[in-house]
Amino acid sequence: MPTSQQSKEVSAKDEVISPEIGIKGWFRWIWRQLTSMRTALILLLLLAAAAVPGSVFPQRSADPNGVTAYFDANPVLAPILDKIQLFDVYTSAWFSAIYILLFASLIGCVLPRTAAHARALRLPPVATPKNLKRMPAYKAVALNTKKAQDALLANAQQVLKKQGYRVAREGEGAEGSVSAERGYLRETGNLVFHLSLIGVLIAVGIGGGLSYSGQRVLVEGESFVNNLAGYDSFSPGTFFKESQLVPFSVRLNKFEVDFYRDKTLKNTSNAGTPTDFRAYVTTTLGSTGKSTKGLVRVNEPLAMPNANIYLTGNGYAPSITIRDAKGQIVYSGTNAFLPQDKNYTSLGVIKVTDVPKQYGIISFFYPTVGTLPSGALTSLYPDAALPLLSMNVYEGDLGINGGQPKNVFALDIKNMKQIAGGKSGVKGLRLQLGETVKLPKNLGTVTFDGLKRFASLDVDYNPGGVWVLVFALLALAGVTTSLLVPRRRVWVRKTESGFEVAALARGDDPILEKVVSELAAELAPKKAAKVSKPKSIEKEADE
Amino acid sequence: MNSISLNADLAAVSRLVIEGAMLVYTFAFLTFAYHLSQLASVKKSVRSGATKLERVGIILLAIAAAIHGVGVVMRGIAASRVPWANMYEFSITGSFVVVTIFLFALTIKDIRLIATFVAGFNLLILGTADTIFYVDVKSLMPALQSYWLVIHVMVAVLATAFFNIAAALSIAYIFKTAKWVKASKLKLVDLMRRILALFPAEDKLERLSYRFNIIGFILWTFTLIAGAIWAERAWHRYWGWDTKEVWTFIIWTIYAGYLHANATRGWNGKRSAWLAVVGFVAILFNFTVVNLFFKGLHVYSGLK
Repeated sequence: MPTSQQSKEVSAKDEVISPEIGIKGWFRWIWRQLTSMRTALILLLLLAAAAVPGSVFPQRSADPNGVTAYFDANPVLAPILDKIQLFDVYTSAWFSAIYILLFASLIGCVLPRTAAHARALRLPPVATPKNLKRMPAYKAVALNTKKAQDALLANAQQVLKKQGYRVAREGEGAEGSVSAERGYLRETGNLVFHLSLIGVLIAVGIGGGLSYSGQRVLVEGESFVNNLAGYDSFSPGTFFKESQLVPFSVRLNKFEVDFYRDKTLKNTSNAGTPTDFRAYVTTTLGSTGKSTKGLVRVNEPLAMPNANIYLTGNGYAPSITIRDAKGQIVYSGTNAFLPQDKNYTSLGVIKVTDVPKQYGIISFFYPTVGTLPSGALTSLYPDAALPLLSMNVYEGDLGINGGQPKNVFALDIKNMKQIAGGKSGVKGLRLQLGETVKLPKNLGTVTFDGLKRFASLDVDYNPGGVWVLVFALLALAGVTTSLLVPRRRVWVRKTESGFEVAALARGDDPILEKVVSELAAELAPKKAAKVSKPKSIEKEADE
Repeated sequence: MNSISLNADLAAVSRLVIEGAMLVYTFAFLTFAYHLSQLASVKKSVRSGATKLERVGIILLAIAAAIHGVGVVMRGIAASRVPWANMYEFSITGSFVVVTIFLFALTIKDIRLIATFVAGFNLLILGTADTIFYVDVKSLMPALQSYWLVIHVMVAVLATAFFNIAAALSIAYIFKTAKWVKASKLKLVDLMRRILALFPAEDKLERLSYRFNIIGFILWTFTLIAGAIWAERAWHRYWGWDTKEVWTFIIWTIYAGYLHANATRGWNGKRSAWLAVVGFVAILFNFTVVNLFFKGLHVYSGLK
C-alpha cells in the first residue's frame, strides 16, 4: 500500500510540473540535441554506413536484373532482405530517415547562424582585450621617437584596412588601440555551402519527379515516335505527365562500329576492342515536320526538345525468313540479338505462330565463328568477318495465346519439346549468310537473308540537372572559401615605450604568427624600432 | 579508321623503368627506416650522424620519383593518351603524385619523418600494380573517350594523394597518443616511443593532418561533381548509385564527418584522427575491392 501511495504522490507531482517542460520544453530539448554539431556528425557517419549495403546488394534502380538473379540464387534469404529494403537502399525508410534528420539538423543549425552572421557583419570588431600577452600570437615592439608613437594608430588603421580588415579605433592616448577582424567570408562560405546542399536536395527531388527515361531498341532502318507507345520500357518520375513528351520521331539510318586493329599484330590483347560507336539518325519534329540528320555517340548525346538521346548499347540483327513446306512465308523479320560477350556472341529468339503447330527457335549468332576444342561454337572477333547462325528448334505451346505480354528475348521451353539440337537426335541448324537450310519434321526452310546492326537508345529528360549543378558548384565555392579563408582578429595597442601586436585565429590559421611579425615590422619605422621579443620568429622556425 | 596507335614495345620499356624506380624506392625506404632507428638510438654519437643519412634518403627518394615519372610519361606515350585509364595506370600515376606532393611539401620540415611511410607505401602500391594490376597497353573504350577522363580522374588522384599524406600524419598521431605506447615496458615499444618522440608534437601533427585533409576534401568534392557531369553525358543520368558512385559518396560523407569532428568538443584529437584513417581505408577499399569484386559501371581495371 505505501508503495502505491508513494507512486501516486510522485505522479501527482509530475502532473504539476510536466505541462511546463512537457511539450515546449521537450521540443526545445529535442531541437537543441538535433541541431548540435555532435548530432550532425553522428548522422553523417550513420549516412555513410547506411550507404554501404547498397553497394553490396544489387539495387532495383541501378541493376534490376541483378535483383532478379539474386532472388533466383537465394530464394530463402532474398525475401527477408527485401522486407528490410536492402534492394532499394537509397529510397528505403531507414536511409531516408537518416538524411531527413540530417537536413533537419542542418537547417536548424544554419538558419540561426545565418541570422547571427548577418548581425556580426553590421557590428564593429570586438573591443581590444585587456591583456594581449595571452593571445596565441603576440609581439611587443619598442619605439624610440615621439613622432612614431603619435602616428602609430592611424598607421595601423590604414595598413590593416588595406589588408582587408574591418577596423575600429579605441581611444587616442597612452592606452589607445586598434581592433581589427577579417575573414567574415569564412562563415559566409560555410553558410553558402550548407544552404546550397539544401538546394541540391530540392533540385534532386523536384527534377527527379519531373524526369523520365525511355528505352528503345532500333534496328537500322527502323524509327520510333516519342510517345509512351514508342518505347520498349519507360520509367517516369512522380509528377510526370505524358504531355511533357514533345512529339518527334527518330530513325536509325546506319550504325557503325570501329574495332581496334593492330597492323603489327604485336598487341593481340587489344585486338577487337571497340574504339567508336556511331549511330546516324534522322530526327523529325512533329510540330514543323522538319527533318534533321544527327549523330549519337557515347559521351555525345543528341539534344532534342525536352529530351536527350543517348547511345547505350548495340549489337547485331540478322534478317531471317522462314517458309513452310509449300514455300509460303510464315515468318520474316530482322530482330535484335542480345550480345552475350565482348566478341558479340548474340542470343535471339524466333517465335513462329502462323502455322498449325507453333514452334520456337533459340538462335545464337557468331559474327566471326570459330570452334572451341570441345566442339562448341564461339565468336573470335566482334566484327562480322565470318557470320554464322546456329539454331535449336522447339515444338509446342509458345504461351502467347494467353494474352499475357511475353519477353521477346526469351523462350519458355518448359512445355515444349526440342526437335533440333541438343539431345533431340537431330543436329542443330547452322546457317552462313545467304544460306537456306531445311527445318526438321518437314516444317519447311529457314534462310539467313542479311545482317544489320541495332542500337539501344535511351531518351532522358531531367530538368533538375542544371539546378543540381548550380547548387553543387555553389557548395564547392562555399566549402573552399570556408576552409581556406582564415578568420582572425588582430589588435595593435600603444604602450609606454612602443606598441604591442596580437592576433587570435578563429578556426585553423597557418600564418597567424607570420601576420603578427609582419605587421609589427611594417608599423615600426626602420631605425626607430627595436623588436624586443623575437618569440614568434622562433616558433616559425620549427614549424 | 583507327587513329589511335599503341606502342607495345614502349609500354614494355615503361614497365622496366617503373620496376627500376621500385628498386630505388626500396633503397630509399631502407635508408629512412635505418635513419629512424639511428635517431632513436640512446647514444648521442649515433644520433648526430643521422642527419646525413636523412639527406641520402631524400636524394634517393627524389631519384626514385624522377625515374618513376619517366615511366609514367612513357606509358602515356605508349598508349597515346593520359596514363590513368585502368588500375595499373591509376596506381603508377597516383603514387607518382603522392611522392611529388610529398617532395614539394618537404619545405615544411615537420613532415620529413613520414618519409619512411611514403617510400614504403609507394613501394607497396607499385609492387601490387606491377604484379597484380598489370595489363598491356590498350585503347580507350568509347565511354572513357572524354576530356573528363583528364579532369575527373586527375583531380581524384590528387585528392587521394592529399588524403594519403594526411592519413600518415594521423596514424603517427594515433600512435603518439596511444596509452599502451606510453605505458608499455616492452623493449620494442620503447624503441617505437623513442622514434615517435622525434615526430612533431601531437597538436602539430593534428593540425598538419587537418590541412592536408581540407585540400583533399575540396578536391574530392570537385571529383564528385565532375564525375556527375560526366555520368550525365556518358550514362544518361548524373547520379545512379552505381557502386563507385556509392563509395565516392561514402568517402565524402566520412571526411565531412571528420571536418565536423574537428569542430566538436570530445571528437577532435583521437577520434578525428581515427576518422581520417577510416576515410583513407575507404579510399583504398574503393580502389581495390570495389574495382575488382563489385558489379558496376566503373569496370575499368582491364583485368579479367
